[in-house]
Amino acid sequence: MHNLSVSAISRALAAGDFSSVEITQYLLDRIREEDTAYNSFISLAGDSALEQAAEADLRRSKQSDVPALCGVPFAHKDIFCTENLRTTCGSRMLENFVPPYSATMVEQMRAAGMVLLGKTNMDEFAMGASNETSYFGAVRNPWDTACVPGGSSGGSAAAVAARLVPGASGTDTGGSIRQPASLCGVSGLKPTYGRVSRYGMIAFASSLDQAGPMARSAEDLARLLELMAGFDPKDSTSIDAPVPDYAASLNDSIAGIRLGVPKEYFADGLHAGTAACVEEAIKTFESLGAKVSEVSLQHSRLAVPVYYVVAPAEASTNLSRYDGVRYGYRCADPKDLHDMYTRSRSEGFGEEVKRRILVGTYALSAGYYDAYYRKAQKVRRLIKQDFVENFANVDAIIGPTNPSPTFPLGEKTDDPVAMYMEDIYTIPANLAGLPALSVPAGLVDGKPVGVQLIGNYLEEARLLNLAHQFQLATDWHQLNPLTGGEQ
Amino acid sequence: MSVDRSDIEQVAELARLRIEDNSVDELVSKITSILGMIDQMQATNTDDIEPLANPLEASQRLRADVVSEADQREALQANAPATEAGLFLVPKVID
Amino acid sequence: MSWETVIGLEVHVQLATQSKIFSGASTQFGAEPNTQACAIDLAMPGTLPVFNEAALRMAVMFGLAVDAEIGMESVFDRKNYFYPDLPKGYQISQMDYPIVGRGSVEIALADRTTKTIGITRAHLEEDAGKSLHEDFHGFSGIDLNRAGTPLLEIVSEPEIRSAEEAVAYLKYLHALVRYLDISDGDMSQGSMRCDVNISLRQTGASEFGTRTEIKNVNSFRFVEKAIEVEVERQRDILEDGGIIVQETRLYDADKNETRPMRSKEVANDYRYFPEPDLLPIRIDEAYLTAIRDQLPELPKEKLQRFIEQYALGDYDARLLAAERETAAYFEQVVADCGDAKASANWVIGELSARLNREDLEIANSRVSAAQLARLLQRLADQTLSSKTAKTLFDVLWENGGQDVELVDQLIDEHGFKQVSDSGAIEAMVDTVIADNPQQVENYRSAPPEKRKKMLGFFVGQVMKASQGKANPGQVNQLLNEKL
Repeated sequence: MHNLSVSAISRALAAGDFSSVEITQYLLDRIREEDTAYNSFISLAGDSALEQAAEADLRRSKQSDVPALCGVPFAHKDIFCTENLRTTCGSRMLENFVPPYSATMVEQMRAAGMVLLGKTNMDEFAMGASNETSYFGAVRNPWDTACVPGGSSGGSAAAVAARLVPGASGTDTGGSIRQPASLCGVSGLKPTYGRVSRYGMIAFASSLDQAGPMARSAEDLARLLELMAGFDPKDSTSIDAPVPDYAASLNDSIAGIRLGVPKEYFADGLHAGTAACVEEAIKTFESLGAKVSEVSLQHSRLAVPVYYVVAPAEASTNLSRYDGVRYGYRCADPKDLHDMYTRSRSEGFGEEVKRRILVGTYALSAGYYDAYYRKAQKVRRLIKQDFVENFANVDAIIGPTNPSPTFPLGEKTDDPVAMYMEDIYTIPANLAGLPALSVPAGLVDGKPVGVQLIGNYLEEARLLNLAHQFQLATDWHQLNPLTGGEQ
Repeated sequence: MSVDRSDIEQVAELARLRIEDNSVDELVSKITSILGMIDQMQATNTDDIEPLANPLEASQRLRADVVSEADQREALQANAPATEAGLFLVPKVID
Repeated sequence: MSWETVIGLEVHVQLATQSKIFSGASTQFGAEPNTQACAIDLAMPGTLPVFNEAALRMAVMFGLAVDAEIGMESVFDRKNYFYPDLPKGYQISQMDYPIVGRGSVEIALADRTTKTIGITRAHLEEDAGKSLHEDFHGFSGIDLNRAGTPLLEIVSEPEIRSAEEAVAYLKYLHALVRYLDISDGDMSQGSMRCDVNISLRQTGASEFGTRTEIKNVNSFRFVEKAIEVEVERQRDILEDGGIIVQETRLYDADKNETRPMRSKEVANDYRYFPEPDLLPIRIDEAYLTAIRDQLPELPKEKLQRFIEQYALGDYDARLLAAERETAAYFEQVVADCGDAKASANWVIGELSARLNREDLEIANSRVSAAQLARLLQRLADQTLSSKTAKTLFDVLWENGGQDVELVDQLIDEHGFKQVSDSGAIEAMVDTVIADNPQQVENYRSAPPEKRKKMLGFFVGQVMKASQGKANPGQVNQLLNEKL
């Protein structure tokens, strides 16, 4: 039962093969038993999940036209506020925070009858590429528990890969959906900036953050995105455009589709094994009729520097609200106001978060603003322009998701810059606000690697169509870490 | 650009973060290496390029001036470290 | 040594929206603590701001009213600092691209001159909450009801040269926001607050001196006094050869002195940058035209109309047009009685003096516009003499009823009716002539050019005899005939 996809569970529930309560109970039990090996969950919903499941079963029994995913279990990254269910953002700062409201996206999935099993582990405030910065302990990669699952949505990626949940939400500020999807051998989609509401999603970097689905197939991503996406009047940056039926175009032919391969994505630093898998994937697309050409994203090499100004700068002020006044961690016995601020924040935040707050504060401070923040936003425009120019000639861009397969825990924790390079291929899409996804494209030494597709604004349907056709032609997405990589 | 101990201490004060004495040096070296990586962008010519603050460059939408939020003080203060008489308590504020 | 005072004002006006600038919580004043602070106002994790259309409209109205350039693309920025009444750790404000750019206003001074004061800019921002200092066993209490109330911060050029000009400018803005109905301007409730920047320089110098900023001065009177004492303080220091420290000070009304603020003084680096949770506000000509069309008549337009329509002098017209309520009162009096000149004289004279004496707003006048108009009609038709009219005004004021008919009732009750019965007046004239033979003799023997002055004595005696009710015209005429 745990191998069933979102779509398969939906069909089984409709056919009456089992109830939502049954699969919910099954998966809750499975998480309790198996997750000790991965640490992919921070909180479990328990009874409230079973209540939601029972409600979904009742709805199915009474209504003829229930939403397709009614009763399908799901998990949210612990960055999304969930009413009456603890929301920590992977931080000691919010260790005991129980929001009295839910994120808009969480409400939308709930309204469609999806059952919330629990909240997945993540890098603290989504700052990390290995899930080692979580206050609640590192997450382990189901393909090799000595290795990282990637981050920051590492809990969601690991939980989906380990068959603890069929799908989970993630957020992607610089690659935090796509990179862990790649390292855990699952599929993950970062939609166009503004496609999914940010209301109730705890902010890391406001102009980059975007929520999206993680699952075991492009088809599942399509069904999940349809529920997650949509205009939200509570988010000023939300896009007011209709949500298409993403599943409807999955089976369209991709013959004649123009794919661009950025030469900069195959330069130094790309693992040979990963490169081979991506090249193989490109050949598969060619065999399906896609027309492949080389393109140039000449400023993409500056994406990491730009990102490590913009994201920490925005984060440094987004995280100012954690001051120990209205919610969150407050230090014991503050001797005065200044002491309360300083100790609450120093004790409540972890090292990576503090480091980024310092870098961001520095980049915005008097005398440095023009050289850092303003400069970075200018180069950001150049990075976006590269894409805009290329999308006049190609329909999507294809390349590696990240430079190499998973690596052992602790390997990069002392070298932040090495860790930051994990997102070298994912960050450009965030800076430009473009949709991008990662799907499994092979194994290197028994560890999965992904291939990335980047699309034009609001062209999620095209990316999902490409990914689905690729998955019809390949088996990589069906490999199961629990059976040693067999299907 | 490189940073020294006093830069870090000054920024930490702005950010209300305390840095333990024994970790300042390590922090200075890590942040220096991060800034070194960042400085790769400095060589790029950005004359006449407008900063891009929002990827979609959309315009602000306006909300109708309607009171839509009811009093939820009790629920909202359930997470507060210290309250009294409906107020959030903090160590004495001095003007 | 002579010194020139240089003053710039930063005036914060709370805009009279129903809901907050970025959330749907109410802006009503005086609610129980934190009952009007929603999740967004409290900066709960994941919450986001959405901009209130009424705040934009009101800011643009103000901009148009001071002939300012309107920011067709304006941008919100974050101003970063930690303070317990600032929930997000930053204030959403506007830095480089404010909604209102350069404009100006013309103020009237006591010596009947006018002066133009430049407005540098006016920008939108959110108000902070309040720290309550009464002691909660060593803690302060934070009330965030006010957090997120829309503010328009209006920054003047440093073109104000005295406390009088500062108060006149502030009163002009106060009247203007009430004209526009974009704020109640109530300084006692903090709807309008003022920061005063003051520096001194030697007369004739072109460079500005070091300035101090006096925060949160919250009445016209305190603004005047705070400026006076701060100017004196700075002058004393400068004349002793000292230097002024650039700092933020508070005005202590009880001691009538300014003192440095103890906190917020650590050299702040606000790290302004564009607020990424909000997008640039873009407006077009059509939007401006629509707002321009809906603007009420502004003080300066009303001033012009009063001069033309009612043939008033500039000074009188300015006094009457300054406050929307005064102008409306005046126009009602004119409409009811038909005599603009008399209406103006009475509103500016008798009524204003009385309101000032009792520290009342014209809206709370105890004599209504309709009553004053009736009174003026009775003066015109000679039922009242100018003396009895003034007495009647006082009686009406004390009575306090707003009924128009009360005017005629009180005239009857108090016997204010002017005596125009020629028989009665003739009798009184005869008596006065008979009782003052010496004066009559003097009058008759005087040359004609001196007689005119001497007649005043007899008029006075007749008026006295009639208790002021005799029609003075008739008295004059009869005396002339009989003498």
